[in-house]
Amino acid sequence: MGTIGPAVSQAAVMIAGLDPQLVRIVALSLGVSLSAVLIATLVGMPIGASIAVARFPGRQATIVLLNALLGLPAVGVGLLVYLLLSRAGPLGEFGILFTPAAMVVAQAILVAPIIAAFSRQAVEDAWREYREQLDSLGAGPFQAALTLLWDCRFSLLTTVLAGFGRAVAEVGTVMIVGGNIDGVTRVMTTAIALETSKGDLPLALGLGIILMGLVLALNATAHAVTEFAKRHYG
Amino acid sequence: MNAIRRLLICSVLLAACGAGMPSAAQEEFIVVASTTSTQNSGLFGYMLPKFTAKTGIQVRVVAQGTGQALATGRRGDADVVFVHDELAEAKFIKGGFGVGRKDVMYNDFVLIGPKGDPAQVAGGKDIVAALKKVHAVKAPFVSRGDKSGTNAAELRLWKVAGIDPVTGRGAWYRETGSGMGPSLNTASAMDAYIFSDRGTWLNFKNRGDLTVLVEGDGRLFNQYGVMLVNPAKHPHVKRDLGQAFIDWLVSDEGQKTIASYKVGGEPLFFPNANGG
Repeated sequence: MGTIGPAVSQAAVMIAGLDPQLVRIVALSLGVSLSAVLIATLVGMPIGASIAVARFPGRQATIVLLNALLGLPAVGVGLLVYLLLSRAGPLGEFGILFTPAAMVVAQAILVAPIIAAFSRQAVEDAWREYREQLDSLGAGPFQAALTLLWDCRFSLLTTVLAGFGRAVAEVGTVMIVGGNIDGVTRVMTTAIALETSKGDLPLALGLGIILMGLVLALNATAHAVTEFAKRHYG
Repeated sequence: MNAIRRLLICSVLLAACGAGMPSAAQEEFIVVASTTSTQNSGLFGYMLPKFTAKTGIQVRVVAQGTGQALATGRRGDADVVFVHDELAEAKFIKGGFGVGRKDVMYNDFVLIGPKGDPAQVAGGKDIVAALKKVHAVKAPFVSRGDKSGTNAAELRLWKVAGIDPVTGRGAWYRETGSGMGPSLNTASAMDAYIFSDRGTWLNFKNRGDLTVLVEGDGRLFNQYGVMLVNPAKHPHVKRDLGQAFIDWLVSDEGQKTIASYKVGGEPLFFPNANGG
């Protein structure tokens, strides 16, 4: 208990004072993770929807593989992206290792399977229900996938939020590919790891509380927007 | 199709935001691979703003163990390497990965342990005798186990003591495989002995029941060195900017800055670029 009291007051002081360093770290966390989730969504959703409506040999194996990728080890992805982006690696000439761009790439790889797997499930369930209707309207698989994605948009939002949750809470990959550089690639989770390693547990926990609050605020916003949309356009 | 267009517009906007992110640091910068001990001790936070103010060069520090920092340099992912393991540094230079190594500063290692001191080593100066005592009573000992400079120094001293804790280890010898800070957290929770650099220890807050038990042995000397990653091997290395940083570190001004960094009135590092 000796740590939790000071941690809460530490968090309150940092938020109340809008500590500029904290603001920068929070902004970077949000920027990196939102970009990563956006990319993952643009890639993952079409893949998930296509697997849902298409019939091809090896489809079952693909689904198993996709679901297994949900357990993609974050540190493994970090190491892989590190080796790709390293100067000695195949994409080294871009020189984006230890920059926010590298963190976006790594998190996008981590999150894309989540989005793809859950959209596959959602779209497939809807496909079972509306298949005949869509067939009778003469919709091709592409058209059908798009229609169903739009139809599932509210449940897919939860998928995107789950992806964001994984991205913003993750520390292993961004530590490796970002390097936790002060003012450049330091995000909430790596800052927490750093303060923990300095033994400043109240500050570390305080940052953790702020991160939790941030995720909560974002989810509340998403929920409110969804409810509003359902009422007016649903 | 409207939804897709909206999505595309969103993505372009976000990508623009993303592209804007690194631009917070439009000025020239170098990447320095260094050690957790220099970062956790707070030295960089104190020293780098002075260098940047003078030269306009931003220094991006990636803090890793010495072994990992040298690997980062070897792959060409840093411009400058600033570490503390002279044997590993010599190998790095010999392999042609780094050039122009210079001594910068030193501090020392200390043996830390619980105030209860089950191995009865407190107040001694002989680090090797102390390690033997810890081994004799099988008191819990936390090791970094991460090929860092501190880890290498610790293992060399065990060797001098004629003990091989890694292969012959019992439950008393615990390798955390992590940085100095996390290892200190582990030792603090276990009331274990631990070998640490003094800088990290002085800046460490979660001490619990731990305290410095053995210090002042000549064999606890901890030299820091800086070198440029070889531009002949990695042409993208920012030779001039990196060299400017190295030159500043060993200049009068840089050395005075290092000497003036204190925590609780105690200096953490002692400059010795000129044979100090």
